[in-house]
Amino acid sequence: MASNKKYWQSVEELKGSSVVETLRSNEFVQDIPTDEFLGDKETLETSSTSRRDFLKYVGFTTAAASLAACEGPVRKSIPYVVQPNDIVVGVADWYATTIADGFDFANVLVKTREGRPILVMPNKQAGGETNARTQASVLSLYDDELRLKEPQNRDSFLTWEDADSQIIAKLNELKEANEQVVLLTGTLASPSTEKVIAEFTTAYPNVKHVVYDAISESATADAFEAMYGKRALPNYDFSKAEVIVSIGADFIGDWQGGYEKSYADGRRAESGKMSYHVQIESNMSLAGANADKRMVVKPSEQVYALVNLYNAVAGESLPSKATKFDAEIKKLASDLKKAGSKGVVVTGLNDKNAQLIAFAINEKLNSEIFDTEAVNLTRQGNDTQVTQLVADIKGGKVKGLVTYNTNPLYTLANAADLAEGIKNLKLSVAISTQKDATASATQYALPAPHNLESWGDIMAVKGTYSLMQPTISPLFNTRQLQDVLLKWSGSSANYYDTLKDFWSTTVLAGASWNQALHDGFFKSEENSEATTFESTVAINASAVQLVRAANNSSGFELNLYSSTALGDGKQANNPWLQELPDPITRAAWDNYLTVSMADARELGFENPVQDNGAIDGNYASVTVNGVTIEKVPVIIQPGQAKGSVGLALGYGRTQGLKEEMQVGLNAYPFYKDGNNVQYNVAIEKTSGRHKFACTQVQSTLAGRHDILKEATLKQVTDTHLDPKHTWNKPAMVSYDHQEVEAKSIDLWDDHPREVGHHFNLSIDLTSCTGCGACVVACHAENNVPVVGKDEVRVGRDMHWLRIDRYYSSTVIDKQHEASMTIEEFRTENPNISNKDVERKYTEKVLELSRGDLFAALENSAENPEVAFQPMMCQHCNHAPCETVCPVAATSHGRQGQNQMAYNRCVGTRYCANNCPYRVRRFNWFNYSENNEFDFNMNNEYGKMVLNPDVVVRSRGVMEKCSMCIQMTQATILKAKKEGRAVNKDEFETACSSACSTGAMVFGDINNSEDTVATLKEDKRAFHVLDYIGTKPNVVYQVKVRNTNEA
Amino acid sequence: MSSHYESSYREPLVLGNKSYHDITEDVARPIEGKANQNWYIAFYISLAAMLWGFGCIFYTVGTGIGVWGLNKNIGWAWDITNFVWWVGIGHAGTLISAVLLLFRQKWRMAINRSAEAMTIFAVFQAGLFPIIHMGRPWNGYWVLPMPNQFGSLWVNFNSPLLWDVFAISTYLSVSLVFWWTGLLPDFAMIRDRAVKPFQKKIYALLSFGWSGRAKDWQRFEEVSLVLAGLATPLVLSVHTIVSMDFATSINPGWHSTIFPPYFVAGAIFSGFAMVQTLLGIMRKVTNLEAYITRLHVEYMNIVILLTGGIVAVAYATEFFIAWYTGSPYENYTYLSFGAESGPYGWAFWALLICNIILPQLLWIKKLRRSFIFSFIMSIIINIGMWFERFDIIAIVLSKGHLPSTWWRFEPTFVDVGIFVGTIGFFFVLFLLYARTFPVIAQAEVKTILKSSGENFKKLREKNNEH
Repeated sequence: MASNKKYWQSVEELKGSSVVETLRSNEFVQDIPTDEFLGDKETLETSSTSRRDFLKYVGFTTAAASLAACEGPVRKSIPYVVQPNDIVVGVADWYATTIADGFDFANVLVKTREGRPILVMPNKQAGGETNARTQASVLSLYDDELRLKEPQNRDSFLTWEDADSQIIAKLNELKEANEQVVLLTGTLASPSTEKVIAEFTTAYPNVKHVVYDAISESATADAFEAMYGKRALPNYDFSKAEVIVSIGADFIGDWQGGYEKSYADGRRAESGKMSYHVQIESNMSLAGANADKRMVVKPSEQVYALVNLYNAVAGESLPSKATKFDAEIKKLASDLKKAGSKGVVVTGLNDKNAQLIAFAINEKLNSEIFDTEAVNLTRQGNDTQVTQLVADIKGGKVKGLVTYNTNPLYTLANAADLAEGIKNLKLSVAISTQKDATASATQYALPAPHNLESWGDIMAVKGTYSLMQPTISPLFNTRQLQDVLLKWSGSSANYYDTLKDFWSTTVLAGASWNQALHDGFFKSEENSEATTFESTVAINASAVQLVRAANNSSGFELNLYSSTALGDGKQANNPWLQELPDPITRAAWDNYLTVSMADARELGFENPVQDNGAIDGNYASVTVNGVTIEKVPVIIQPGQAKGSVGLALGYGRTQGLKEEMQVGLNAYPFYKDGNNVQYNVAIEKTSGRHKFACTQVQSTLAGRHDILKEATLKQVTDTHLDPKHTWNKPAMVSYDHQEVEAKSIDLWDDHPREVGHHFNLSIDLTSCTGCGACVVACHAENNVPVVGKDEVRVGRDMHWLRIDRYYSSTVIDKQHEASMTIEEFRTENPNISNKDVERKYTEKVLELSRGDLFAALENSAENPEVAFQPMMCQHCNHAPCETVCPVAATSHGRQGQNQMAYNRCVGTRYCANNCPYRVRRFNWFNYSENNEFDFNMNNEYGKMVLNPDVVVRSRGVMEKCSMCIQMTQATILKAKKEGRAVNKDEFETACSSACSTGAMVFGDINNSEDTVATLKEDKRAFHVLDYIGTKPNVVYQVKVRNTNEA
Repeated sequence: MSSHYESSYREPLVLGNKSYHDITEDVARPIEGKANQNWYIAFYISLAAMLWGFGCIFYTVGTGIGVWGLNKNIGWAWDITNFVWWVGIGHAGTLISAVLLLFRQKWRMAINRSAEAMTIFAVFQAGLFPIIHMGRPWNGYWVLPMPNQFGSLWVNFNSPLLWDVFAISTYLSVSLVFWWTGLLPDFAMIRDRAVKPFQKKIYALLSFGWSGRAKDWQRFEEVSLVLAGLATPLVLSVHTIVSMDFATSINPGWHSTIFPPYFVAGAIFSGFAMVQTLLGIMRKVTNLEAYITRLHVEYMNIVILLTGGIVAVAYATEFFIAWYTGSPYENYTYLSFGAESGPYGWAFWALLICNIILPQLLWIKKLRRSFIFSFIMSIIINIGMWFERFDIIAIVLSKGHLPSTWWRFEPTFVDVGIFVGTIGFFFVLFLLYARTFPVIAQAEVKTILKSSGENFKKLREKNNEH
């Protein structure tokens, strides 16, 4: 039988085929037999459809059509047709991997649900620490707007094969012409990648690898090289320190990657061992906020301080200049000498000479903290080479450029030079996760997978290897750098095999790859190379150069810094980070010029509070080295050195960013030569008002010192002192004419607590550095919505967990003119409770009028002491919110939680009004699937980060911290399934597991083994607002300062 | 009730040469006649305000409470301020009709009808706010203790908001019944005079078949007395319970044991002020000068002085105690030095000037007998009492326990729109009432005509009948 069937040999054949065309133009393949019915008059007439029937049909179809229209929108919920072996629906899988984006490096555990990474937590086994940015990186993974999805040649898409062949052709062309090509990357710190790059440069000898860090530590590396013969950064173990002197180094923030954890480890008040930390700085940094003593010194004077300190420690007399704080420096030098090898000096001046002097001091002290062997490899950028590269590209010496993981067109001070040069290159390729300024300017933009989609290895500290593994199959058509380079080198191997091979041959030394992958890290037994100190380095010349530059300073001095939220700006399109308030200023969604109170008075800057609670600011025009940035918003920063200003890098990105995220100003044009200090800055007030989104308006405690209790190390370690009568006085009330502790009086019956778990969270105010990792972790774990700048501005941020920051009041400033200091007053009047001391002192000693008293208590001191207080639902055992809800939507759980039943809430907000801690957050609008709030919950990709265990709240309901009940329940169920009791300290919340410093400890107080059970009874333990009798399940530990008293 | 004669030294409560028929005519005139231009102007302005307010309410319910000026630290502001303000205004009605009835105060007869109408309309406005201030008002019925299929869910009897639900609904229903009972003979009077069949039908329905028999009158008197007895505790209970929304909470400035009596006094204070405002307009517009006299105005001013005095003592106590505790948490309550020197200093002074300082002028007899002065004063007091509630709510919430949570409140156009809308709604109801209801309890006024009518007093004096 003849057949008309046609078999297509290929898809190509379909193109232009007439059969396809015919079929396409014909909706119905066969004619519909309408004529049969309508054409024949007879059939039509004999049809039994009466008018009545017709109307019935019409009625039915209309009703059916309108009913169908009433149906809700169809949501795609696709079940597993074939259940993957390693996924149990509803059970999270955790993968150990490493975050390394060139700026942040961290050993982490990634929680995945149904194949989606949803949470990043530190891998504590590997000593991992996370900051806010590493916590938030999981959301950047799902950033479908900024991420590159397909290989692109200018604006046209092409396949990887085409891209490869075109680029390889060009590379070969350049190789043959022996024209230089540069591979420009951020710090990779990846041994196997270095090997891959080496292969690449072997295949293309004209290729040179240049490392560029947006935020430079190049001068330190140069200094280290000069002194120790290799390019790296020294490592510091602050846990061993007794005296820490930091001159402008925010080592709790981002300085050389941050040393938050070891710092906190060296400051455990309960052990009686606590380092004495002096911060000499101009900006108020996290390190300064945590310091025991903070000296406000502008950058040029920091230079003198450093040299004077060297002179005092070494007993030499390098050229310097006398300053008004020389006496304090001398004292500091003697403290350092006393501490000997337990002392350390660090400086944040990114200047080779300054670093040399700091190293020299550490060598003089023979500091144990200062490690030159297990060096820090997280900043390998070389500014000299980068400067040369830009000049070469501009000058036409370099003909090809391949960038990876770096965005120089945004981060370079002279980005315009580079942009101009790139246009003339024969080959320019950006391998990037983001469609950023650089990827938009190059000929080729090749999509790289996100860190969480990649393989890799990291050596952040010499001798410690970490593994990076994908936690999700790539979302887009990406290929990672190493695979790209291997391909271009002509190798047939893929990177995974190369990596595995590299590890088994050079790293593992016979150990199991699977185990290493499981752990996420491998501690090599190999000894790190010893270094020798080149004492011949001429410190004298350094000091001369350094001091000469400082002497030339006139005008304002600018100290550029990386903000806690955005860092170098890589994740500027991440709504969680934009919404994270700065720990110091508590302003989100912005960068700004921080100006001292004295300068603000002179220049006429103000930060008026508007009637809606928001803060406004003036604009300034700032000129540095001939570069002027207009309309820089100004925030008056208590503790900013007079004559200096601060400005955060990482903001002001526009290319590819969502409009809402295009906030702040790009400060990189000021970042000349990667120097964070710029002298001779001109500042001029210009017209206009800037609208800040600041989450805290009142900066001081206004005399309410029982909210945040502080004590000195001397008091805490003095065993003769009874804390209950001295530095940790509980609230007392009169009962039957007897003074008794407020918590002993009770109107209510206690909840039964004998059976089951009773959760408590302890927060140590001494260890809390204010880093904000917990805030982002809480966002991620609990699907906390992002509301945007305008809403944050009017006080509607949704943070379940916030970190309150308090400055000491102007009373501190005024006490120097008074007959006695507040401390003397406290000692003389032991009967005055802690909370009243400041107020009574103001009244009695300073003798201020009532109005001045309020001002003195409300206004911040010029150089205030800072304290952080994480604040979330306190889960009161007698919760004021629970009694006032008319519908009982909030009620008490058996395990101590104050629970919120979103479904039941009608939204009266009475609970929030009656919460003395003000931790309840109301859904003023619908924050999900609402174009007005176009953040991750309004985006198919962004929604993938949502935790399926936590409901997304609708508008009109109240929400708040649940003590991560989904996590505690999961722990209980796991133990139950395994037929065992819950282990010691097995319970965790998102915030407590994110906390690197161990400030937050969560657990079950009914289990006497749990750490929190001990902490609850600690002599430093107190409850915030205990006078109300709310009996919270969150307990704070008194903040201890080391006042360095003998 | 009219069995005794009144001293001629007492001022008459009904002025002019009024006969029983004159009273009937005077009361029926606004209902039977045509409305004048002023009524239409007032009505359309009110209607426009009301519709604007409804628009704002729809916008709120459709979009979210975020369209108001509230924030994470200030969960209530204008919504609950307006609620308490309207409830407070609603207080005078019951006091006048119930308490003054029990005390046999005849002067209430000229004003009780309108005062009760005002009460009911004010409670309508008040009742709106607890509903629309909810994040999810469509679930608002969950505050009612109804058997349901949600499982074992029940309301929380600990919550003062729930007590509010009961207090307000009880108050509204008792006031409504009381008002209606008093209206029966007057509706019957209108019915009997009506010439249009439709009007007759309506008033026949409204008057519940009142026949004017002696039995009717006897039952009428008995029911009035019983209802007065029932309503009297409500005068105290409603605002006591409203005050407990604040007093049982833990915010410094709210957590105060004197709130219940202080709120009740404040409510009567504001309620009488509103009655003054309304009657000041009404006696002019509906030509009821003969029934609402200087004497009525003076009596009401005396009540205002008395309750204003109670309020003043309460303020002084609050201020003193806040200082005397020495607690730093009390430094910023709405009556404290911190409030005065803070961003809401102007609201602090608005409260004191409007509620305490200016009303002292009423001690001057000439002023408290002046219609125009009383009218102006009543408006000042209304403003002052609004500020009292605003201060209590907004200032206290703006300075919570933790200084990090201090914030400020600024109303949006929606906040303002809804408030203006309720004022419009209130006047729409009141203006419709003035055209369709007998605005003076004519049956009752007739009972005192012979004892307290000017003409009759003069007659008696002439005849030396004392």
